[in-house]
Amino acid sequence: METLLFLAATEPDGSLAPSALEALGAARSLAAALGGCSLTVGLQGQSVQTAADRIAGCGATRFLGVVGQDFGSARYASDAAAAEALVRASQATVVVAPGTSRLSRCLPGVAQRTGGQADTHVTALGARENRPFVNRWYYRQRMEAVVQRTQRPWIILVDPGSQPPWDGSTGNTATVEMIELNLPEAARKTSVVGVRAPAADAQTIRPDANLLFVTGAGWTKKQADGQAHVAEAEQIILEFLKRSRASLGSSKSLVDLGGEGQAVLSFLSHLNQIGQTGATPRHPKGLSTCCHGEEPHTVGWRFINERRAISLDPNCGWARGKADVLYVADAFAVMRETNKLLAAKT
Amino acid sequence: MSTAYHVVVCASLVPDPLQTLEPVAGPAGPALKNEAMLPFVLDPWAAHALYEAANLARNRPGTKVWLVSLGPKAKLQQVMMTVAQKAPFEFVPLDGSASGFAEASAVAAALAEGIQGIPGLDRSKLLVFGGWESASRGAGVTMSMVGERLGIIDQFQGVDELKIQDDGSFEVVERLEGGQHQVSRCAGPPALFGWATGHLPEPKNNPQIGMINMRTLLPALQKARAVQLAAAGLSFDTVVLPRQLRETRIVKDRSAEEIAREIIDWISK
Ligand SMILES: Cc1cc2nc3c(=O)[nH]c(=O)nc-3n(C[C@H](O)[C@H](O)[C@H](O)COP(=O)(O)OP(=O)(O)OC[C@H]3O[C@@H](n4cnc5c(N)ncnc54)[C@H](O)[C@@H]3O)c2cc1C
Repeated sequence: METLLFLAATEPDGSLAPSALEALGAARSLAAALGGCSLTVGLQGQSVQTAADRIAGCGATRFLGVVGQDFGSARYASDAAAAEALVRASQATVVVAPGTSRLSRCLPGVAQRTGGQADTHVTALGARENRPFVNRWYYRQRMEAVVQRTQRPWIILVDPGSQPPWDGSTGNTATVEMIELNLPEAARKTSVVGVRAPAADAQTIRPDANLLFVTGAGWTKKQADGQAHVAEAEQIILEFLKRSRASLGSSKSLVDLGGEGQAVLSFLSHLNQIGQTGATPRHPKGLSTCCHGEEPHTVGWRFINERRAISLDPNCGWARGKADVLYVADAFAVMRETNKLLAAKT
Repeated sequence: MSTAYHVVVCASLVPDPLQTLEPVAGPAGPALKNEAMLPFVLDPWAAHALYEAANLARNRPGTKVWLVSLGPKAKLQQVMMTVAQKAPFEFVPLDGSASGFAEASAVAAALAEGIQGIPGLDRSKLLVFGGWESASRGAGVTMSMVGERLGIIDQFQGVDELKIQDDGSFEVVERLEGGQHQVSRCAGPPALFGWATGHLPEPKNNPQIGMINMRTLLPALQKARAVQLAAAGLSFDTVVLPRQLRETRIVKDRSAEEIAREIIDWISK
């Protein structure tokens, strides 16, 4: 019989992020699929009571917490110590946690410490004959596997956005058993000094957006008149982002041009890059422009449901079964028109 | 005086991303079809770690760089033909599987042992570098486990920048969600860094560096220790390619305005 721990770090205001509620939903379904095995909640952070109360009605039999100033920031040494204490105290055989940057940093190390194993980027989980399994992708989203493990504890990090969130009743109170943990001095060698975020109006990466808008190197290439039109490309793209609230992605070729000193779109960085060596975001829709749709790029589209592309090349990768619709057209002209129509709508 | 470091870069080999990959059932679990025939490259994010290490060594006299790599001997040799021209390093090859289906904890055990076997490695100067995720397993698990095995509890993942300050401390910039970065300050080595892209372009091939590396690289390859990876209780029910191609509707000879209308209808649905 498995013992399940749902593990999460609380936000600075003591709440739980949506990704944590998604992982909780997955943990509850797994507990049910495992014949109703017991579920423990483990929370770590500066404070955990608000979060524990939010999910008091989730059916967990125990709530454990590691709290304090030392555990507020996303530092490996303290996060790993707190998570290790929660895993040990719960005697969990299976741990389900959200695959946030914070927990992805520390939980593989916790698996090592506790003699267990870790799987990250899990996109589905379940059980057969009382044995849990998970789905995850290999070779950068090129093939999907279903895996099982016999070694315990098995730490499972669930990909944010892949599961429906638990949205059970609020207004309850949870009794949290606090675990005393004195952080050794050696674990304070690193301190988190802050977060760097682009100014709100310069933030082009919007994980919650309905649409991913991808720009390719074509935006900087010579056009029919023999000239490149980078300034106009910038203006068209920024206007579209402003009006559509889409999230901006890019091909590698376009972001790399910046490093090579060519004229490029000034608001792009490697963080926007989609693909093999970039991100694999989740959005319901994606629109690619001036991008050739080569495999190392399109593997980053694995979790984009509906896909359309605008390219001058009718034989580009998108035409070969990678997009639902390919518009063989000049993206400058189409996006100019699109902006005009969007402006008229508001 | 500037501090000198011992930088150990862990980097695996992966199939060239332009190749089509197909899973097949092998005797010891899943494998790639024609794996032995596929051209391989240095794992891209780990390659960035190597470039960052080389850059650090250039700016800090006395700094040494080792490259620890687990892969089939023949593939290691093939990939090193180009990698050796990119940056000066001492090669620590481990002859074994570079498969994405190999167990991360077993790979970590092999890498940690390889690192511990480096003669003269000074822990008080030790910076362990690697990619934050591989292009094979894509898990971000291996490096963290290597760090734990080496007793390193200052670990950073998704690193885009490492700045060493005059007092020997460093400022580390790591990727967070939504295009944000976290900035941390760490008092000093030992520490572990799983690199994302960083800011350095891929160095041009330098045949001179290649020649110097080759002198130690080939003998090291010849002596490479064979490593057997444990399965550690991992089993695969299925490994499949995703649902195949979409039916692409190709729209030609339509005005920009017509297409724009169709796109707006679609995105506002
Ligand atoms: C190790 C490795 C890792 C890689 N990782 C990634 C990755 O993570 N992400 C990634 O994206 N790539 C990656 N690549 C690169 C990838 O193979 C392609 O080279 C890259 O995606 C091409 O970018 P692109 O389509 O923007 O540019 P191009 O191939 O130059 O295509 C430009 C396109 O724009 C079109 N175009 C030009 N003008 C217009 C116009 N006015 N209107 C409409 N269309 C126009 C052209 O017809 C063309 O199709 C990787 C490659 C390697 C070797």
